Amino acid sequence: MTVAPFDKVMPLDKMRLSHTAVFWIGFCVVIALLIVAPLFLPEFWRRFLTECLIWGLLAMSSDLLIGYTGMISFGHSAFFGLGMYGAAGALIAVSPPNLWLAILAGLAGAACAALFVAFFSIRLRDIYFAITTLIFSQIFYVIIFTWTKVTGGENGLIFTRPHLSIPFIYDARFNSTTMHWFVLAVVAASYLILRRVTQSPFGMVLQSIRENEARTRAIGYAVERYKMMSVMLSGLFAGLAGVLYAVQNQFVAPNFVYFLTSGDTVMYNVIGGIGTLVGPIVGAGFFQLARQLLSQFFGDQFPYLIPLGIVFIAMIIFLPQGILGFARRWLNR
Amino acid sequence: MGAIVQFFQAIPLDLIIIQTVNGIVTGLILALVASGLTLIFGIMDVVNFAHGELFMFGAYMGVVLAAATGSFWLALVGAALIVAILGAALQIVTLRPLIGRDPLNTILVTFGISLVLQNFALWEFGPTSRRIPEPMSGEFTLFYLQYPWYRIFIAALSAVIIGGFWLFLKYGKFGIWIRATAQDRVMAQAMGIPVPWVYTGVFAIGAAMAAASGVLFAPTTGVDHSMGLDWVLRAFIVVVVGGMGNLGGSIAAAIFISLLEAYAAIWLDPSQAVIVSFVVLILTLLFRPTGLFVATPR
Repeated sequence: MTVAPFDKVMPLDKMRLSHTAVFWIGFCVVIALLIVAPLFLPEFWRRFLTECLIWGLLAMSSDLLIGYTGMISFGHSAFFGLGMYGAAGALIAVSPPNLWLAILAGLAGAACAALFVAFFSIRLRDIYFAITTLIFSQIFYVIIFTWTKVTGGENGLIFTRPHLSIPFIYDARFNSTTMHWFVLAVVAASYLILRRVTQSPFGMVLQSIRENEARTRAIGYAVERYKMMSVMLSGLFAGLAGVLYAVQNQFVAPNFVYFLTSGDTVMYNVIGGIGTLVGPIVGAGFFQLARQLLSQFFGDQFPYLIPLGIVFIAMIIFLPQGILGFARRWLNR
Repeated sequence: MGAIVQFFQAIPLDLIIIQTVNGIVTGLILALVASGLTLIFGIMDVVNFAHGELFMFGAYMGVVLAAATGSFWLALVGAALIVAILGAALQIVTLRPLIGRDPLNTILVTFGISLVLQNFALWEFGPTSRRIPEPMSGEFTLFYLQYPWYRIFIAALSAVIIGGFWLFLKYGKFGIWIRATAQDRVMAQAMGIPVPWVYTGVFAIGAAMAAASGVLFAPTTGVDHSMGLDWVLRAFIVVVVGGMGNLGGSIAAAIFISLLEAYAAIWLDPSQAVIVSFVVLILTLLFRPTGLFVATPR
């Protein structure tokens, strides 16, 4: 006697939710948790969570390059920093300070930096790209550090936070809770946009560049143009993260443009899992939380980067997919 | 015409000569750092982000050993040996498992190493900068400056080390192994050359060269935990401008870039003079992406 296949007896497909439904339910649950979180967290951890989201956005923007286009950028601090300084400039120059103007100025600054960097570096591959982007970010660092009249030099700039305003509808001061919600909205929207981009035909071309650049070119795609777009897009989102950081902390400093920020960004990506978009956010959260806990247990002077650096090295050797690597296929479906 | 003549008359000749000497001195030390970096890249396909930290660590070892033994020369040799062992250990633990994987992984791992080493140095030695006393005190008069002989000496010693290293690569047994591995890894292994150990040896040699230049350079400025970052960036620029993995090109590029920076420092703030080398890098990438000092583009 033959036994009927299991799924004929019990139609599994009917019982299981589709991939899309699971994804959106998961997305909504996480967002809902993040929305209610500031209502229960004390002030310090509320700000901490907001900052994690901002670093997550920065890391996610570079994931578009690292994970999808296959180019490791060590120069994201330049885009982040130009976004910051652009926003700071708009907030200082225009009175009363306007949030949307700051975002526009920050994005414009980041876009200029990205255009400049992309123009010179897209023809390079692999390590050459990494080194070149690193050196370009140092160019911006030196300019910002030495051009004291405009950028405030080593001391940076201090400014007041703009109101959260939607013309004719809403206008109020930011407090730490509304700030968190605002950042969360921007990060969630950015995630959805980037996810859409990576799943679009454009994103498919980027991934085929990652897998085999020569073949992609042979098929007839203008690889340079796609790489250019990818660097620009990535730079724009990094600039957005810079704007958010500037608004959150009400100061900018050249330290954030130094290439160690780019190095941190790469670490968030590797720890969380490249090519997943959510992974870098998780990686940023993990990194910041570990840093916070280590300095709470061992004091402020504790060199938290020693254990974190060792974890980072171990992850590259033993777990190159990162924390969320196991879910990579599922998340990109 | 008058403006041009005036411009040339306004160039201070004595400053130019002083800066030429300065440029060549830093150029030779930079060449020593960069030749280790380019060797490691040319043979192992590893971009060693931690090279500046090996330089910094060498300088710190020099400080410690010079204080313990009282002799600069003992400190120089000792620091080079200790950092060579450290480099070999790092290579075995972190880079050997990555052989055969995407070379991009190595830049990430060495970046991690550089962070760990740098923070270890900050933790162990504190944020204040240390000094090694100069081992020789003579000075000679260069226009209105008392120029220390020591600087001329370190430039000469760097040149000697690079030259000795070149002879070793050309005629030494291990040097021939290194070149064979660089040419064809699989074939070298088939001929009985222990390729993984050649890699370890190359990394150790590169580390020792970085450490030696760190100790040599330490008396001219202080030693602190962040000095490596500055040097590794300049070494990267040199290696790209000179052509990745090309020893002669890196040496030429190191001197070329240091001279340019030194001349730029006549008119600019030293921290802005760095931009000159960035511009050289950009122009190189635009017009000769394989390197300025490569005879035929590969």
